[in-house]
Amino acid sequence: MALKTEHMTLNMGPQHPSTHGVLRLEVELEGEIIKSVQPHIGYLHRCFEKHAEAMTYPQVIPYVDRMDYLAAMYNEFGYAVAVEKLLGIQVPERVEYIRVIMGEFQRIASHLVAVGTYGLDIGAFTPFLFCFRDRERIINLFEMTCGARMLYNYIWVGGLSHDLHPDFVRNAKEFVSYFKPKVKELNDLLSYNRIFIDRTANVGILPLETAINYGISGPNLRGSGFEWDIRKDDTYSVYNKFDFDIPVGKGLQGTVGDCWDRYYIRIQEMGESLKIIEQALEQLPEGDVTSAIPKRIKPPVGQVYSRVENPKGELGYFIISNGSPNPFRVKVKGPSFVHLGIMNELCKGHMIADVIAILGSIDIVLGEVDR
Amino acid sequence: MKNIQEIFDILKEKFGDSILELLTTLPVESFITIAPKKINEVCLFMRDNEELKFNSLMCLSGVDDANGKQVKDENGAVKIEGSTLSVYYHLESTEFRHKVTLKSSAPKENPEVESVALIWHHADWHEREAWDLVGIKFLNHPDLRRILMPYDWEAGHPLQKDYKNPEFYHGMKVPY
Amino acid sequence: MGLLDKQFAKESIVVTSLEDLLNWSRLSSLWQVGFGLACCAIEMMATSASHYDFDRFGVIPRNSPRQADIIIISGTVTLKMATRIKRIYEQMADPKYVISMGSCSNSGGPYWEHGYHVLKGVDRVIPVDVYVPGCPPRPEALLEGLLKLQEKIRNESLVKKTA
Ligand code: SF4
Repeated sequence: MALKTEHMTLNMGPQHPSTHGVLRLEVELEGEIIKSVQPHIGYLHRCFEKHAEAMTYPQVIPYVDRMDYLAAMYNEFGYAVAVEKLLGIQVPERVEYIRVIMGEFQRIASHLVAVGTYGLDIGAFTPFLFCFRDRERIINLFEMTCGARMLYNYIWVGGLSHDLHPDFVRNAKEFVSYFKPKVKELNDLLSYNRIFIDRTANVGILPLETAINYGISGPNLRGSGFEWDIRKDDTYSVYNKFDFDIPVGKGLQGTVGDCWDRYYIRIQEMGESLKIIEQALEQLPEGDVTSAIPKRIKPPVGQVYSRVENPKGELGYFIISNGSPNPFRVKVKGPSFVHLGIMNELCKGHMIADVIAILGSIDIVLGEVDR
Repeated sequence: MKNIQEIFDILKEKFGDSILELLTTLPVESFITIAPKKINEVCLFMRDNEELKFNSLMCLSGVDDANGKQVKDENGAVKIEGSTLSVYYHLESTEFRHKVTLKSSAPKENPEVESVALIWHHADWHEREAWDLVGIKFLNHPDLRRILMPYDWEAGHPLQKDYKNPEFYHGMKVPY
Repeated sequence: MGLLDKQFAKESIVVTSLEDLLNWSRLSSLWQVGFGLACCAIEMMATSASHYDFDRFGVIPRNSPRQADIIIISGTVTLKMATRIKRIYEQMADPKYVISMGSCSNSGGPYWEHGYHVLKGVDRVIPVDVYVPGCPPRPEALLEGLLKLQEKIRNESLVKKTA
């Protein structure tokens, strides 16, 4: 006998422990099966683009920090690269190296939060504590460099706000040798945990064609098995001087492009970042880090779209200058914003509990979704 | 890999008058201007053409050009009249590794641009954002609603250069 | 019983006033709504993680506002979010306390001037007990804010009206 069933609309958020901030998901269910997911965003819309128009170019940097607050260094990095392109200036070697070192440390820190909170969502509390313990060490390195724990205002257009602390290189090397075995620890704790695999493998499979059409980038795109990394494929700064691999999803526990693949890419990338940091620390040249900072930043009339590989994906800045000291328009293409748009596609046909697994695996940060 | 001149030539040959001009004099980035009502056809062609294969839309941005003249209305508030709103499309081919920028402008009084959301799904949210913040109407968009601002926001589109913020929203004071 | 643990050889009696007992039990188990808003929420998470350990003050995140005593507004409150925050606050059972963490929820922070969609201070919608300044406040600052709140609770009275 066929039972008469009805669709049910379920509201998740904006205050929900697993939505990684203030996100509302409107889930339409048939029993436990998801028919559609509608994300409602904007609960953290902080008017970044309006602020950018009202500020001068250097004044925008603190606001840039506050977009993706888990990867503030990289946001500054991307912004500095974009404005430098617009100005047509070169920055000293040492600056580039320090930027890369900071950027890669930030990538590890950001991935640690991603992995830790992902475990938390799936029901594993301990990895969260482990990840935050290690993240705290990276934060200490940043704090030693620029005094702030999260929002740095360190990378400036044309240079850095100031040079490294004399002890930095030693401490950074210490951290690298401390953290190397920790990646394995995380693997033992989470990656190969049976329950974790059962919750994530073969869930939320993202085919490559769909991924490209939806503009997915970063670890999520690589999870679908496409070797694409802007650090290599559209290189900027001094990334072409380092030797590192781009991990791609291979479907080790299930299908290529499932949640486990996306998660595991992040684990592997931490190792690759360590490689880059090691090389950069070895080759770190001497020099002055503030010499190339322009006195007045007034780019010529023109526009630029410049992108960098942020821990979450492709972070693009589209800047239009009308020749005044304020940008005429700054549009940010935040990877989180783009990745959230695919929720519906990924969740359809799965169980309600998988929404959490999928949302965690695409690793969004709401500050960047809403800007 | 094609440069922007070659891409322009291919498009000009195929679409003729809909491809308005190629601007290469500005520093850093050149772009091709396209008629707003034809942009969807051009984009579909660019995605599927064997020589171009622009399978990825990197970014879509709405801009208020503010190129009109300023007038004061009776309350003394400054309005900009007769300007245009533009959409910039940054396309990329992951296969051939070439990139191109397109631009499409429409008058502010009637800012209608064809949607490309069905060509690249990526554009869906970006177009909603451009409608929300800049006020560009995308024709044939599957679901053109506000995205970042509240659905019942009545004060207009905040990224327009002459936007005025309201005093109150639902009884909450907005200015500092 | 914390400090009194194993201090007596035999079973004994402790004499105290009801007020002190109530206040003491309130202030040592401030359960918190597990709720983060923006950048400050990351510092709140760092505070409750291993290094700073919020738990030792009895602050345990609860996922439902109905079971919580304290809400930490950690980050920028936007107009879209403000009505929801009010709703969450109303759902909490009395007695309830609010810590406003960071410049944003204190006064709009960096967004005070051009933030067309930012509420300039969460105290425009709900009453605040303790303001913690900073952008973001360090975990130590948040802990200090919590100690201030505990002090406030310690001085509460059943009979006298406290501000
Ligand atoms: S006070 Fe600063 S750190 Fe906290 S939410 Fe506001 S901008 Fe972010």
